Amino acid sequence: MPEITLHVNGREHRLDVPDRMLLTDALRDRLGLTGTHVGCEHGVCGACTVLMDDRPVRACLTLAVQAEGRRIRTVESVAPSEDALHPVQQAMRDCHGLQCGFCTPGIVMSLVALHERAEGAGTVAEEEIDETLSGHLCRCTGYRNITAAARRALGADTAPCEHAPEGADR
Amino acid sequence: MSAAPATGGTGLIGTSVLRKEDDALLRGRGRFLADLRLPGALEIAFVRSPHAHAEITRIDCAAARALPGVVAVYSWDDIRDTVSALFLEAEMRIPDQVREAIKPLSRLQPVPLLADGRVTCVGQAVVMVVAEDRYLAEDAVELVEVGYAPLPALVDPLDALAPDAPAVVPGTEDNLAISVEGRVGDVDAALAEAAFVVTERYRSHRYVASPMETRGVAVTLDPRDRSLTVFASTQTPHRLREVIAGTLRVDPDHVRVTAPDIGGGFGQKGVQYVEDVLVPYAAHRLGRAVRWIEDRTENLTSSSHAREQVHDITLAADADGRLLALRDDAVLNLGNANLTGLVVPYNTLTHVIGPYVIPALDLRVRGAVTTTMMATPYRGAGRPEAVFAMERAMDRLARKMGIEPHELRARNLVRPENMPHRTGLMYRDGTTQTYDSGNFPELLRRVVGHLKIDEIRERQRTGDVAPGKRLGVGLALYIEGTGLGPFESGSVTVLPTGRIRVATGASSQGQAHQTVFAQVAADALGVPIDRIDLREGDTGVIGHGVGTIASRSMVTAGNAIHLAALAVREQVLADASGLLGTAPEDLEIVDGIVRPVDEPEAGIDVAVLAARRAPLLVPGTSTGPGAVISETTFFKPPTVTVASAAHGAIVEVDERTGKTEILSYAIVHDCGRVVNPMVADGQVTGGVMQGIGGALYEEMEYGPDGQPRSVTYMDYLVPTAAEAPPYVLDHIETRSTLNPLGVKGLGEGGAIAPPAVIANAVEDALGPDHVHITRGPLTPSRVKDLLRAASSARH
Ligand code: FES
Ligand code: FES
Repeated sequence: MPEITLHVNGREHRLDVPDRMLLTDALRDRLGLTGTHVGCEHGVCGACTVLMDDRPVRACLTLAVQAEGRRIRTVESVAPSEDALHPVQQAMRDCHGLQCGFCTPGIVMSLVALHERAEGAGTVAEEEIDETLSGHLCRCTGYRNITAAARRALGADTAPCEHAPEGADR
Repeated sequence: MSAAPATGGTGLIGTSVLRKEDDALLRGRGRFLADLRLPGALEIAFVRSPHAHAEITRIDCAAARALPGVVAVYSWDDIRDTVSALFLEAEMRIPDQVREAIKPLSRLQPVPLLADGRVTCVGQAVVMVVAEDRYLAEDAVELVEVGYAPLPALVDPLDALAPDAPAVVPGTEDNLAISVEGRVGDVDAALAEAAFVVTERYRSHRYVASPMETRGVAVTLDPRDRSLTVFASTQTPHRLREVIAGTLRVDPDHVRVTAPDIGGGFGQKGVQYVEDVLVPYAAHRLGRAVRWIEDRTENLTSSSHAREQVHDITLAADADGRLLALRDDAVLNLGNANLTGLVVPYNTLTHVIGPYVIPALDLRVRGAVTTTMMATPYRGAGRPEAVFAMERAMDRLARKMGIEPHELRARNLVRPENMPHRTGLMYRDGTTQTYDSGNFPELLRRVVGHLKIDEIRERQRTGDVAPGKRLGVGLALYIEGTGLGPFESGSVTVLPTGRIRVATGASSQGQAHQTVFAQVAADALGVPIDRIDLREGDTGVIGHGVGTIASRSMVTAGNAIHLAALAVREQVLADASGLLGTAPEDLEIVDGIVRPVDEPEAGIDVAVLAARRAPLLVPGTSTGPGAVISETTFFKPPTVTVASAAHGAIVEVDERTGKTEILSYAIVHDCGRVVNPMVADGQVTGGVMQGIGGALYEEMEYGPDGQPRSVTYMDYLVPTAAEAPPYVLDHIETRSTLNPLGVKGLGEGGAIAPPAVIANAVEDALGPDHVHITRGPLTPSRVKDLLRAASSARH
């Protein structure tokens, strides 16, 4: 069994993993980071999306050994504090962009990657947001509010979400 | 938005309160089934049938048992003496009135937990493997050898009812497992005098609820008394407890079922499956914690399917376009077992009539057993199928008469002044089917306005459409019996800390129960919403419950909580009255403080009152009648509430590719009083997208050999954000007269109309004389086939 080093959310972990172990299983079962969800295990639904060296990847299509030495970030690392959410998370909340919340971590991670790029490069085009979201399946929301949240968080739309109460945290 | 008048003066009901659930879910702190830590838990994988229909000639588990890490391997022969077959008793109870009036046939099919000598669908569990981890369990599955002698597959429900069809369930003489009928007036006489009659056959295709979280079960065992704690991704924990106890022959008190966070259900998690019982069985037998997490292919092939029905429908009108008669003979594909009895067929029977006045009805729904995965309720549960047939037939009839489809509908809607309206049929709960309230003409008027149908007609006439494209508009209306009984539980307790614990048997799969039930309780009680904690989906917290299915939670659990909270309020006022020397009717509760109306500064926090009832915490201060301020209520709705909606769409079809694009989708919705508009809109929107998925993309297709053709998300096309159309969502609010909150159910409605709406719109686009749509999904290739068939018919 290879011993590998995983850098996850700013911490290093030495792990013995079988070659065939998926990154999702290593994160969830070995490190207890269950925020990364598994919806299909064949690369279609996007629920398992994590950031590897700042780019979104499908953790269910990645072997744990492939992540050796790469910088992995999961949804658990996204909020700045116990009292505050990341702007992407906050927009999802304000716009009712989640229902059961199962698809949510994957969507948040993809949007966080876009958000970081936008911080470096200015704005994000609507088409880019749409393309990012089209890699994620959500069975509950009908997407409308997710798209609204994404546009709002990424500055492509500045109008408040339909039902968002002013000033918000209720 | 305008707040509805509130009971306790908080104004919370009718307000888009942000969800209490979201913070944890957004941080990855949800606790879904697969997230639960069960130290040392064994994992399960199943050997499943590759054949639709076969005798099992042998099962050899020796190699699997010998694999290191494998703890146990079970076939039916290994367990049959200690368990009973799966049988959903609750679904099988038929009210006496229905039994007498309808004389339904519902032939029950207890399902053996593992294949008993034969398999009757691809994906059926044959052998259960328990191992140290899932990887090893799957290795062992590969090592199990099963011999099969294939038998002919029976895929189509009409074939299954043919006189010479072999019976799928051994020991039964045919495959007819369900037959229900409903009659009003004289349809033959009405048909004889009708000016216009259409007769059509419509098929509703098979699809899968497909929640993003697959199913799963995890079980721990208390070594002291061998009692089981079962965590399950279920919509109905209390029913699951009964099923586990009955099947494993243990005392229900020794089984606690908890539904953790659930990643969507949509009905698929509302029924109980063999795995729900097999996993607890393994835990019980091995004395170890055990879990099973379904994979996506299992979910697509081995969790229930839905929607497959064939309708032969006849609709007749007089010369003025007044409906005279409706005859519908529907056959539904039950798959390999009738596990949920009359639920779906009876919903179909009582919803085909829709919002219309039709004096003569002759309705029959039969269910056929086939060698496919069983079908059970899925969001809408028998209604989308009925609405597809009826609303397609309405369009055909309108075209035959040469009038606008919405005009035909307008002439036949039940008028608001005629509410409550009785259809003459009996509802599934044994009452006369009655529409309690509604304003159908207003629904239709608004949807026609949103769609700007006159403008579309003008553009069609003048050819104001992009080259190679065809423009069409379609709409559909439906009614939905919601808030099904028999009851739901709600309890409200003021804890000595001042926090309010609310508990119910309903359980959330994303419907925001933490938030909306807190709104209801806070409103009735007059406390801040953050002081409320909801405990649900746990048989250990509240003894009785039904669950979240059938658009019922707000109606049944919401009203139970409302009534319990009002009763608690009485107790609080009585206690405070004693302390303050003010009559209860001169007290109010504002922000959790009980205070005399004319002396607000003399208030007492409900926390103080609760603590005074807890003598062990505050010695000598117990004054009230009970040790805690608490009330449990069971709300039993007299019958269903009737929600309704009109949906419409404008589509553009590409003649060359066959692709349908929805340019705009409009909904006018009525679910009675709305507790949280944001959440309500979210529910409707999600439902509509599932309906659109079924209309255009999703299909679980079986080959003639009984092989499912959509076993991954590469083939089963769940729509993405790119397929979500521009959208108008509008509400009217006719309150239910059947419950104190005035609410109607809402979870399923969105999914009911889209298949009919889109088919009507596409047929409109493609020219009513040439292309005739009788089934979905309207994939590009199917649309191209329709165009080709129409053009060859023309030449
Ligand atoms: S779980 Fe990885 S894409 Fe679905
Ligand atoms: S919120 Fe349930 S799958 Fe997206």
